[in-house]
Amino acid sequence: MSQAIMEQNIKPLTLTIQGGVDKDGHPDAVSEIEIARGEIIGIVGPTGSGKSTLIADIEQFAFGDTPSGRRILINSLEPAGELRSDPRKKLVAQLSQNMHFLADMSVEEFLRMHAKSRGKDPGLADKVVALANTLTGEPVNPAFQLTILSGGQSRALMVADIAVISDSPIVLIDEIENAGIKKQEALRLLSGEGKIVVVVTHDPMLALMASRRIVMKNGGMTKVISTNEDEQRVFRDVERLDGWLTSLRETIRQGEVVA
Amino acid sequence: MKMVVVAGTPGSGKTSVLMHAVKGLLRAGHSPALVKIDCMWTEDDLRFKRLKVPVAVGLAKDMCPDHYAIYNFEEMLEWAAAQQADMLLNETAGLCLRCAPYPDKALAICVIDVTTGPNSPLKVGPLLTTADAAVMTKGDLVSQAEREVFRERILEANPGCRIIEANGLSGKGSAELAELMASWPDICGEMVLRHNPPLAICTLCTGELRVSKEHHRGVLRHLDGFMEYTGE
Repeated sequence: MSQAIMEQNIKPLTLTIQGGVDKDGHPDAVSEIEIARGEIIGIVGPTGSGKSTLIADIEQFAFGDTPSGRRILINSLEPAGELRSDPRKKLVAQLSQNMHFLADMSVEEFLRMHAKSRGKDPGLADKVVALANTLTGEPVNPAFQLTILSGGQSRALMVADIAVISDSPIVLIDEIENAGIKKQEALRLLSGEGKIVVVVTHDPMLALMASRRIVMKNGGMTKVISTNEDEQRVFRDVERLDGWLTSLRETIRQGEVVA
Repeated sequence: MKMVVVAGTPGSGKTSVLMHAVKGLLRAGHSPALVKIDCMWTEDDLRFKRLKVPVAVGLAKDMCPDHYAIYNFEEMLEWAAAQQADMLLNETAGLCLRCAPYPDKALAICVIDVTTGPNSPLKVGPLLTTADAAVMTKGDLVSQAEREVFRERILEANPGCRIIEANGLSGKGSAELAELMASWPDICGEMVLRHNPPLAICTLCTGELRVSKEHHRGVLRHLDGFMEYTGE
């Protein structure tokens, strides 16, 4: 175990996924993939194909102890136990598909507690709420109980919480397009400078935004596709189309008539 | 002989987590024997039997299930030894939270469900505060932030405890748990409980059914916290 990656302030340079097995016990066709700092990588595949399982393997730094048998390395080394569990040393921030909070606490109390658990200044809570309110339609008030927030408000708060409090060098994002919030804006906030970003997505724009994408099938990693120039051209078309759809959505949400 | 007591509220995932840990122990060459304590009825023994390890069930019936477990620890250990086991795993019924059926030399594990919310570690009492390890279950149902806040609350209740995030469905965390069980020292000599059980005995314990206060005797506590002895 190298001392270097024990230090919280030294960001990891590479994340390596070593293949395991699919749902039938057949080895992953992709035996190893290394992801470098600054890269956005997609995970795509039909529903039930094992995308969220792969994300979970990364989140917990699997070492052959999960059903997939995969191993996750940081800088080509197996990370120490405390990097897996202690939030103060955690290298991974994760936005899961959960759309609701179950905690019976106020927004402010929860965020202050979360900052404390990550060894950060509890005063960051106000910053999180302000940022969340740039992503969602109806503003979140710090005095609200978490459990009354809508799906979109909860997700906006989770995104802002990751950007401000769980500011980690590796960011895992599970289907941000389902959140009912501004997805591109949210992705930009989460990616930051020089982070490793892993995005599970069905959204063509988000998938093409990634430099590579891992294709999942029956629980296994079947191949890795690099986004080529043709796809980058398609991306620019999709981006325009998405911008148009977003503005239409906003018009309708605001109770106006589409011109 | 090693001894592990697994406690936690009903439905928190004690059995599922324990099943995965047993698989890990078997893979590592250990011979665990299991005793499941319950109140009236249980089917958990059938689940454990699928793992092909010795399983016994104890039903407390009219006795408090935690008191029943404590009273029978010696018998359980004798039974486990007769099964050629090197480790006794005792799963408790998990009910009132007031008793912590943890002998000092056993490994005490409290299984706690994240979906019960971040105030629950403060409510669980000695079951959590005197445990060696807390196993957090159902973490996949909440956000990472909520898991981390929950973890912080566990540490507030029991600052020294080891926390293991586990999932009873996928088996996450079971390798770590099995390793902890295997590394625990063997029990030896006289064992003492870590925490005193609640006060006894009141008239309800001996079969009084009438609700009205005038019929009750013993060490009794009022709603406002006042405690008194009523009796001869």
